[in-house]
Amino acid sequence: MKLPLSWLKDYVDVDVTPEVLEEKLFSCGFEVEETIYVGKNIDKIVVCRIEKIEKHPNADKLNVCQIDAGKWGKLQIVTSAKNISEGDLVPVALDGATLANGERIFNGELRGVKSNGMFCSGEELGITDDFYDGASVNGILILHEDYPLGAEVKKVLGIEDVIFDISVTANRPDCQSILGMAREVAAVLNKPLKMPSLDYIVDKNLKTTDKILVENKAIDLCPRYIGHYVSDIKVEKSPKWITRRLASVGIRGINNIVDITNFVLTEIGQPMHAFDYHNIGGKHIIIRRAENGEKIVTLDKKEFTLCDKNLVICDENKPIALAGVMGGLNSEIESDTKEIVFEAAKFMRDNIRKTSRALGQRSDSSARYEKGIDAYTAQIAMDRALHLIDELKCGRIAADRYDLPEQNLKEKVIETAISKVNRVLGIEVPADTICDILKRLHFGCEIKGDALKVIVPLYREDVESYQDIAEEVIREYGYAHITPTLLKTAAITNGGLSDAQKDAENIKEFFCKCGYNEIITYSFVSEKEFDLYSISKENIVKIVNPLGEEVSVMRKSLVPSMVNTMAKNLNRKNNAARFFELAYVFEGVKDPNDLPKQTRRLCFGAYGEEDFFTLKGVVQELLNEFSYGREVVYKRSVMPYLHPTVSADVYVEGKYIGSFGALHPEIAQASDLDKKVFVGEFDYEALTDTFNKKVYYEAVSKYPSVERDLAVTVDENILCGDLISSIRQAAGKELKKAELFDIYRGDQIAKGKKSMAFNLVYSSLERTLTVEEVDKSIQNVLKALKDAYGAELR
Amino acid sequence: MQDKVNLLLENAKKEVAALQSSRELADLKVKYLGKTGEVTALLKGMKDIPSEKRAEFGKTVNVLKEQVAALFEEKATALKKEEMLKSFEKDAVDITLDGKKVSFGNLHPLNIVRNKVIDAFIGMGFEVFEGPELELDYYCFQALNIPKDHPARDMQDTFYISDNVVLRTHTSPGQVRVMEKKKPPIKILSPGRVYRADDDASHSPMFHQIEGLVVDKGITLCDLKGILDEFVQIMFDKDTKTRLRPSYFPFTEPSVEVDVTCSECHGKGCKLCKGTGWIEILGAGIVNKKVLENCGIDSDEYSGLAFGLGIERTTMIKYGVPDIRTLFENDVRFLKQFGRK
Repeated sequence: MKLPLSWLKDYVDVDVTPEVLEEKLFSCGFEVEETIYVGKNIDKIVVCRIEKIEKHPNADKLNVCQIDAGKWGKLQIVTSAKNISEGDLVPVALDGATLANGERIFNGELRGVKSNGMFCSGEELGITDDFYDGASVNGILILHEDYPLGAEVKKVLGIEDVIFDISVTANRPDCQSILGMAREVAAVLNKPLKMPSLDYIVDKNLKTTDKILVENKAIDLCPRYIGHYVSDIKVEKSPKWITRRLASVGIRGINNIVDITNFVLTEIGQPMHAFDYHNIGGKHIIIRRAENGEKIVTLDKKEFTLCDKNLVICDENKPIALAGVMGGLNSEIESDTKEIVFEAAKFMRDNIRKTSRALGQRSDSSARYEKGIDAYTAQIAMDRALHLIDELKCGRIAADRYDLPEQNLKEKVIETAISKVNRVLGIEVPADTICDILKRLHFGCEIKGDALKVIVPLYREDVESYQDIAEEVIREYGYAHITPTLLKTAAITNGGLSDAQKDAENIKEFFCKCGYNEIITYSFVSEKEFDLYSISKENIVKIVNPLGEEVSVMRKSLVPSMVNTMAKNLNRKNNAARFFELAYVFEGVKDPNDLPKQTRRLCFGAYGEEDFFTLKGVVQELLNEFSYGREVVYKRSVMPYLHPTVSADVYVEGKYIGSFGALHPEIAQASDLDKKVFVGEFDYEALTDTFNKKVYYEAVSKYPSVERDLAVTVDENILCGDLISSIRQAAGKELKKAELFDIYRGDQIAKGKKSMAFNLVYSSLERTLTVEEVDKSIQNVLKALKDAYGAELR
Repeated sequence: MQDKVNLLLENAKKEVAALQSSRELADLKVKYLGKTGEVTALLKGMKDIPSEKRAEFGKTVNVLKEQVAALFEEKATALKKEEMLKSFEKDAVDITLDGKKVSFGNLHPLNIVRNKVIDAFIGMGFEVFEGPELELDYYCFQALNIPKDHPARDMQDTFYISDNVVLRTHTSPGQVRVMEKKKPPIKILSPGRVYRADDDASHSPMFHQIEGLVVDKGITLCDLKGILDEFVQIMFDKDTKTRLRPSYFPFTEPSVEVDVTCSECHGKGCKLCKGTGWIEILGAGIVNKKVLENCGIDSDEYSGLAFGLGIERTTMIKYGVPDIRTLFENDVRFLKQFGRK
């Protein structure tokens, strides 16, 4: 919110520099986002009289002027300006002057004639008609008052102000106004607050209630509606002191009535509206919900179709204002308006926000209502508006008003204790100081021993408990008084990660050690990816209001994000990379109002110097590390996103935990991947279920082991894993290891066959095994392999 | 005789001196000391020596043999040394070439920072609780004293799944979920992904927070300042200081914004801190008693403090990353930079 220092000074005697004030505001919770020093640049621009205007000897479009610059002497200026005459008072930028925008002006020569400065326009001084009449003309600013020659224009016109742009937190709607900030500034500077004048003279014979009937039929959405009738309106331009104020906060002057509503909105923080009485049908104002399909054209000539969720102000037949958002074109103040009804109301912020969003119609008024308006401020605002009518002598004010429903505003009383307030803070703020601070903030305060009774101003709807009071106290007393303590009254607790949380960290550590880099990708994806990866769209979780289609659905698999990350890296010519991600996937449940299922997946991907076996090596080591000793089976994968013959589904003790392998070539093609890409995804919960919770010692044999190598020929399609399972089953418990060490295809064996060589290791904990025992086992193995797979010993 | 011996010794000296390699040396050694070598030949000639002179002859030849052997020994050592020096030249490697690839991966910088935060607070007795990312409206807002008509709930901030389910906009629901289940003393951190409908150089629609909560008897603003001082000194430098200033969050009262002295200029004022010497890093406060009561905790007996830290912001400050979107591009060249620190 914009706070001009000049306006603030009407209500508080500010005796510190703008910089100090900024610092003070910051310390009590109001951050100044920007400080604008109006007129700061303007330098050496002075009042001059034009004494003589002559044609330039060498240029048709230029004139040579002789001017009187008072103490700066007589000067000659060459100009192309048309709107000047001899005798005019004008602002002149002297040699070395600076304009409002920072531009410098120096003596020069124009077509051979010396020019010792420049006449200035209103724009070059940073002002408009709202600030000084004639400042908006396309030409030189002609000064129409008698100022001393040579005086600084900035001083005589008063182009000097400081505008603070203040960020006000959502709990302090009462500070969204000059008055609200003035209260805070008065408190922090410990100065009295001078209230704006609220008095006005009424015509005792003129009655609002005689002129119009006002009915509030939506008290839930409009807890207070004040309507006040004013006659004998003279619509005209506002005096400069009003338009200057409005200009300083960026509002253009329109006419006195509209300007008064804008003035009150800025100063008091209450949106106001003025209806042209003449156009109120049936002289009857009704506050009600719109009927479905009802229409209104607002002041900006936009038409809206309404529904029963929108609050409207109506006359007997039709809406004449979209409550809190904008007035209707049909009751607009015109230059010939003679009678008006002023409105100051409290509308519920939720309703105004919903209407404003639903219709896409915003205004300063709706923005203000969305932050919240208290019921008390409406009456201050109405009084202030009527005071301004009176002061500008532009209307005759009725003696009574509507105030619906009847208001019974009572200040909140909080009964608490000094010790309770200090217990929040952790320091001992003296009772007197607490009381002093609260009174500065216009709270009532009574202290009896430890008991503290606080009376809360009506506009402070945010203050409800001793905690709020503690905050009021400390923000004025100063956070610098808070001295650090380390939970001195708290119980000692044993912190740390749970076993499950440690597992997650350990898995990540494992992948890092294997050369995989952790990635973090968005949890929402495009629905199109579900099709490309053949992921079922059943129970898909969609975002109602996504930022775009690309990020509109909660993902059910991490694989697409992983592939996209690899594609992006490849695209950037990162020729090899390994990635992993541990994150949630989402699946809807029956009732959309229940929490969807959220489970974790562990995804990993790699490309560059990779093949199926580099991934399998990682998977095997992972399971060896965390699920040591468990039976692991790899089967041809059925996952549609994987290459059908270069991928595996992993089962641990019969339970599926995940899949990995080469990405399906179709997806690779669609993703523009020119390198072979490998990817895998594990169900994190299923994976960690297989983790050994406890480790038991396994005895190691003291006796020498016996090794045998065994080569068999089998058909090409026989899988190594199947042969090893068969070997393990047939060999007996003394077999400790069975590993493939060579595959041979070639001249020595038949076509369509391969030779697989296994290394078998036997040992016993009790004794040295005999040759006969081992030979017997080998015979059993060979028989089993022959029976099951037709394997022949080579 | 003596002349013959002297001549032989002289020749040997000359020839040994002229040797260039160990192999030549071996050949020459055979020529003198081998079975048919010259020295050996002298010894063999002993039988022709008159017996009374034999003893002296034997002695002379043995001395000669020792002298020649010593010559070879000495030369062999010299040659070996010379040859090794030569091999050094030949074996020289370009030590500026890259090493053979041993590739470790890294955690994502956001999780490096997340873990650092967790480590710092674990030392103060905190546990970790992770709540759901899709959250019920009640936990995300209502229980945290954000009523239905609060501006923070606007469609432009919150992603909705249904009227009742949202993508959590902060990790604060973790507070409520913990307090519902656990009675004080409570010291928890709740880290995780959060979501808001915002997307530019300093906002990402998905980002990470860590919520901290302490509920016990007599918890005060001084405790908040104390643990945050401790934390920032672990997270940044030993001399990092904090500054509290008033702010507003519906679920804390009083609420504060916490600034730390700029890690770049140590408070002097620079580009990173926009000349102020301070950088805003987190929001915090004393848990609003309405929140405690919503969770069934007696606000007369217990009080609490809570804080919420943006991990992206902390990461960006810590590592000087200027654009938040860089963190989600997952370019391997970026990810590789953060090591195990």
